[in-house]
Amino acid sequence: MKNQTGATEAGTITEEKAMSTLKSLALAAVVCAPLLPATATAQDSIYVPLLTYRTGAFAGSGIPIADGMRDYLTMLNERDGGIGGVKLILEECETGYDTKKGIECYEAIKSKNPVIVNPWSTGITLPLIPRAAVDKVPILSMAYGLSASADGTTFPWVFNPPATYWDGLSQVISYIGAQEGGLDKLKGKKLGYIFLDAGFGREPIPLLEQLAKDYGFEVKFYPIAAQDMQNQSSQWLNVRRDKPDFMVLWGWGAMNGAAVKEAARTGYPMNKFFSVWWPGDDDLRATGEPAKGFRTLNWHSADGNYKALSEIKKHVVDKKLSQANPDKVGELLYNRGVYNSMLIAEGIRNAQMLSGKKVVTGEDVRRGLETMNVDAERLKAMGMEGFAQPIKLTCADHNGHLATFMQEWDGKAFVKVSDAIPPMVDKVKPLLDSAAKDYAEKNAGWPKRSEACDKAS
Amino acid sequence: MNMLYSIFVEPFVLMGSAPDLLIQTLWEGLVAGVLYALIALGFVLIFKASGVFNFAQGIMVVFAALTLVGFHEMGVPALLALILTIGVMFVLAVAVERVVLRPLVNQPDAILLMATFGLTYFLIGFGELIFGGSPKQMITRELYLPQGSTDLDLLGGLVRFQHIDIAAAVIASLIIAILAVFFSKTRIGRALRAVADSHKAALSVGISLGQIWVIVWFAAGIVALVAGIMWGARSDVSFALQIVALKALPVLILGGLTSIPGAIVGGLIIGVSEKLGEFYWGSLVGGGIETWLAYIIALLFLLYRPQGLFGDKIIERI
Repeated sequence: MKNQTGATEAGTITEEKAMSTLKSLALAAVVCAPLLPATATAQDSIYVPLLTYRTGAFAGSGIPIADGMRDYLTMLNERDGGIGGVKLILEECETGYDTKKGIECYEAIKSKNPVIVNPWSTGITLPLIPRAAVDKVPILSMAYGLSASADGTTFPWVFNPPATYWDGLSQVISYIGAQEGGLDKLKGKKLGYIFLDAGFGREPIPLLEQLAKDYGFEVKFYPIAAQDMQNQSSQWLNVRRDKPDFMVLWGWGAMNGAAVKEAARTGYPMNKFFSVWWPGDDDLRATGEPAKGFRTLNWHSADGNYKALSEIKKHVVDKKLSQANPDKVGELLYNRGVYNSMLIAEGIRNAQMLSGKKVVTGEDVRRGLETMNVDAERLKAMGMEGFAQPIKLTCADHNGHLATFMQEWDGKAFVKVSDAIPPMVDKVKPLLDSAAKDYAEKNAGWPKRSEACDKAS
Repeated sequence: MNMLYSIFVEPFVLMGSAPDLLIQTLWEGLVAGVLYALIALGFVLIFKASGVFNFAQGIMVVFAALTLVGFHEMGVPALLALILTIGVMFVLAVAVERVVLRPLVNQPDAILLMATFGLTYFLIGFGELIFGGSPKQMITRELYLPQGSTDLDLLGGLVRFQHIDIAAAVIASLIIAILAVFFSKTRIGRALRAVADSHKAALSVGISLGQIWVIVWFAAGIVALVAGIMWGARSDVSFALQIVALKALPVLILGGLTSIPGAIVGGLIIGVSEKLGEFYWGSLVGGGIETWLAYIIALLFLLYRPQGLFGDKIIERI
């Protein structure tokens, strides 16, 4: 009897154990399910990971860009069945604009044969630069990242078209100069530089100091830490005290909107406030009427009247394949994402033509990007006539150094207010070359370029 | 010598020569301080009643503000949305008591602290799921909050008072006063203080711990809502606000975790001194010192008064 009870007890215990093991297995399956690759690298597809951020403090800028990037490539999948008849496998990885998480994303996607990586953060781009050549995955850091990586001879695996931050800064300065009646008029003037105190915001500082010396103006720095993006009032008090003749903004995420708001609160004249190309419609809208007159650089259209965008509406938004709010399709940062994906798609298309393969690799796409030549005719064929200027990359120049233009916020939308502003090549080029050389020297064992140079396709 | 001059002489010369800027800096510091105090108050209320350091207070600010704006975006009139949001904060308080606190009664403080970390991540994810990650504009006008500013010609210069800042200072002071009266004069308030002194003794005289917890979490939720509205009106409502809320930590070190006046005075000291520090001394080290100055001040306080300005001196017998 005793034995029997003991046996029953033992039986119950084993059963319980089995049950609990089963339960934990089930739980583990539920928890791990999202981590399993979604039919990742099939033989007849090209894997394009998208490092994006739809959460966190920078989501305000990250969401429209993520939507634009994803929707354009989805449109190619829906309309054309991918590129060259090969479907693109798109997978987003959420970085939260956090460098650590970005690297984690990169490690997670690396094994799935990505043909390109878009870090969408200067902070994430910098540590990826040395890995690109080793892992054979080209980096596309579109108009952000390391300015010096425009030098294709030193950085064969990194591409940052269509303009570097140094180009952008020189364009802001030459625009301000033109407004004042000549760059020589900047002498004795005071320029305030308000920037996100991170790799991104500090990137243009060497050139800014150089230009200040060359043209004789004074620079006041107003750094904003990421945790104080929405708590800028003391820096704007400094602005009130220093009374800079011009303000230049290098912000991202919640910082841009807050800066414009603070400028309005402080009574800083909006027509003296300029920015690099990152503030979006929402950043300005929040301030309302007082934001009128604020100007930022840009290089593409900030409206939705293009065939490529109506194709996106037809094939993606109307089919409910987009996460974007339909009203935001065609806004500035959405279009920025579209432009980014246009570069990805052109890189892949070129790679297919160069290699003769349908399913290309990261190495092929590197060659494809290097021989990219998006001329007016090609833009028209893509339904982007007038959307942006033609761009051509070479083995030595991975950037293009395109001219940009100034656009002004009119209270509802951005309106183009200037002609093309070319970068100050004579100022930027020498600095860029020496920075690239420095980088190679400081990173002992930096490989000499061994990649052959293709003829443009 | 030059360095000494720019530390000890120049800032004071500037204060004397441009008193309008000094007043403006003090005002900005005061407004920031009141808002810090409001956020710190949320921490203090919960800590006093349950001994839990509520790490989720920062995200509660964001969550409350997002709920308000979210309701309004769905077409609910602003004032009704405000009432509904208060309702949501009540539901949240009840849920926290039922799901988080009740099962953890009598567990070490560290466990409860970790549970509030969990709550933080839950609220971040839940908030993003419902409202999305994009920043939203605070419905300032719809809530009849004043906009615009008054410029005063003072002492040969211009001092600008934003109406929304004045409103923030007034409303925050009112809330603080109401809470102070509520917790010192009412029955529930006395029960709360009893719970704060000793859970066991309070239980033995028939005070319901669960009820008290719901009340303080609800009060902390309302404080979070007010802080969210005011800070949201200054910039906008986004998840970045959560980081600003962490400014309450040095305030708490300064004011003591258990003292309501401490939170207020601590908030004001931190707010004013970080603005003064940034404005008059920040440029000496390249600016941007505001981010860490508050912690340095708090650390200095810790050296001399570990219990904070008004905190209870903890004497533990061994």
